[in-house]
Amino acid sequence: MDPVPTEAMVGKRKGGVAIGLALLAWLLGAPATAYTVYVTNEKDNTVTVLDSEKLEVVKTVKVGQRPRGVILSKDGKWLLICASDDNNVQVLDARTMEYVKTLPSGPDPELFILHPSGNPLYIANEDDNLVTVVDIQTSRVLAEIPVGVEPEGLGLSPDGKVLVNTSETTNMAHFIDTATNATIDNVLVDSRPRVAEFKADGSQVWVSSEIGGTVTVIDANTRKIVGKVEFQIPGVNQDAIQAVGVRLTKDGKRAFVALGPANRVAVVDTATLKVEKYLLVGQRVWQLAFTPDEKLLFTTNGASNDVSVIDVERLRVVRSIKVGRYPWGVAVAPF
Amino acid sequence: MGESTGRPLCGRNCGLAGRAALLVAAVAAPLALTLPASGQPQPPDAPAATTPTGAVQKIAIVLARELRDRPPPLSLLDFPPQDDGVAGARLAINDNNTTGRFLKQEFTLDVLESATVAELIAEVVKRVDAGAGFVVADMSPAALLQLADTLKGRDALILNAGSGDDRLREADCRANVLHTAPSRAMLADGLAQYLVWKQWRRWLLVRGTGRDDEAFAEALRRAAKRFGGKIVEERTFQVEAGSRRSDGGHEQIQLQIPAFTQNAPAYDVLLVADEGEQFGEYFPYRTWDARPVAGTQGLAPMSWHAALEQWGATQFQNRFKRLANRPMRPLDYDVWVAVRSVGEAATRTRSAETKALIPYMLSADFDLAAFKGRKLSYRSWDGQLRQPILVGTAKLPVTVSPQPGFLHQFSELDTLGVDKPESGCKAHARQDGRP
Repeated sequence: MDPVPTEAMVGKRKGGVAIGLALLAWLLGAPATAYTVYVTNEKDNTVTVLDSEKLEVVKTVKVGQRPRGVILSKDGKWLLICASDDNNVQVLDARTMEYVKTLPSGPDPELFILHPSGNPLYIANEDDNLVTVVDIQTSRVLAEIPVGVEPEGLGLSPDGKVLVNTSETTNMAHFIDTATNATIDNVLVDSRPRVAEFKADGSQVWVSSEIGGTVTVIDANTRKIVGKVEFQIPGVNQDAIQAVGVRLTKDGKRAFVALGPANRVAVVDTATLKVEKYLLVGQRVWQLAFTPDEKLLFTTNGASNDVSVIDVERLRVVRSIKVGRYPWGVAVAPF
Repeated sequence: MGESTGRPLCGRNCGLAGRAALLVAAVAAPLALTLPASGQPQPPDAPAATTPTGAVQKIAIVLARELRDRPPPLSLLDFPPQDDGVAGARLAINDNNTTGRFLKQEFTLDVLESATVAELIAEVVKRVDAGAGFVVADMSPAALLQLADTLKGRDALILNAGSGDDRLREADCRANVLHTAPSRAMLADGLAQYLVWKQWRRWLLVRGTGRDDEAFAEALRRAAKRFGGKIVEERTFQVEAGSRRSDGGHEQIQLQIPAFTQNAPAYDVLLVADEGEQFGEYFPYRTWDARPVAGTQGLAPMSWHAALEQWGATQFQNRFKRLANRPMRPLDYDVWVAVRSVGEAATRTRSAETKALIPYMLSADFDLAAFKGRKLSYRSWDGQLRQPILVGTAKLPVTVSPQPGFLHQFSELDTLGVDKPESGCKAHARQDGRP
């Protein structure tokens, strides 16, 4: 029963917002550009929508069961969500959050990645030792690629020619030729590999190992291991350090690694593979996503039901935002 | 008896134990051929690019089961399946071979079962002499010691998956034995930490008369002392021999248990030590005072729970169910861990030689991902697997120990069981970089 806003009231409200934004921009030390951030809440069957400028929850939307992996279509129109317990991928309108359609995914989809051209979608089926390839326009399954036990992370080379899939129990990164869907190579990494992330120039693949607690850096061309990032945090026992989410900056100079129950995000110098800094975030930090301008990094903190916001330039945690239960995946739209 | 099944209801493998026949099931290469039926797709056929040139490395693993007569448990739900433990071994062999195919390593499993220890050991020795380097044992402590002493000096390692007996890790420890089954001390500590975390510190202990019951009671006493619990009184429950079934029963049990637990000092939790599963299940909801029951029954510590879904366990449980058509039991898990440990060591060392694999398994470099959220490894001082302990009811895990606040200089997992400074085991090298 709000009164109809008068022109004066609207003007006043806008002014207030503008001052707030200016203040926030000053606080963050960065010109604020508003993006939309999507967080899947694994236990709640919801997606929380955040505003990257106001750093607050815009709305919470019911989705399929056990939502985990989340990405945007190349044109930014669609939000794709792995509904693991529904055994499908749900497509929502990224602006309105209205249901568009459901894509087949194979059983228990967990993480997925889009071809750089925008299609097709590669989905890891954790419970069936497969990677399913789906045309997101026609909603057809194009191929099923058999991989190791419990496929998990997926990375694509910038040219889209090579797909890297990690399998958790096989402890390998499988290199797959996307033209033939045949395996080119299998690289043994540390225990329980999770995320595979290519450098923007395509030269390296970074693979995190949850139980091993390391990140293995693989030369993308020779597929030889060129280095390993190890983590040591004073006061935290080694077995609580578990590497999961990995993001590399576009210039390739820095990597951010989520360390799970160590409740830290490590900032890694990619030239030396040394940790520059550990940022204290929420509990059981899992996945990470940059804003398109790379000014902010959002982390999902599963055990504390919140998202931490990292100022990438100043390497500071600037805010934590309460979301749903067991936040898992995060994606940021270019609007 | 057993009208509907046509098979007598009896304890673990009683139908087989009577015949001293040795059952040998070779689950080797043929298993690999049946993989699709068990839900394992063939991996891509392009391993040649990465694998070293040369022949396929073969790693032979033996599972030795001593078939023992046990009195039937109280609940029809608790009869162990015939393939208890064996199914865990088969799943682990599949998992090892999936990785192995990429690395040109092939794992085979021989399951040996006998009620006669001498015969079982003789068969194991034959396999070891033929080149099998790893023996996963589901045996009584006495039989296990006999096997360990027989294999002494031979090129083989025993992985004890079947006995939690603390003496096997202490005075009777052997250099050629590792233990994947949690010790009683670890189980009791896992439970005790949770009770103390809950501030339920006063315990009424009810123990059976068996030797195993007393051993578990002793582990609970030790845990009480370590973590600040207090056993306010101990009572011994005499199980009256006789038929476990009759047309009736609850009328008398619901009078007997309240009377037995009457006039106890003030307590928070009733702990039962009943490894033989002969009376513990009678206590929940029947005690004189309204108190929860924990221990071998009620809220119980265990290495695995069939309803665990954290840390990717859902997929693991599903894979097991597709293979065995039943939920995974703690013995299946302990055997799985043993066989996977061999696989992990072979993967990392790229070797099939026991001389390379065994030192690696005991080294600080070894770690196994095993669906418990932490890396598992072996303690240098007694060969015990370092692992979280699940604490749960029959339906669901309630918690996982170590509990918050129980700290340790090196690994919180070492707050469970016998730590290095306390260990009485002299047989192991104890080299782990710790003081």
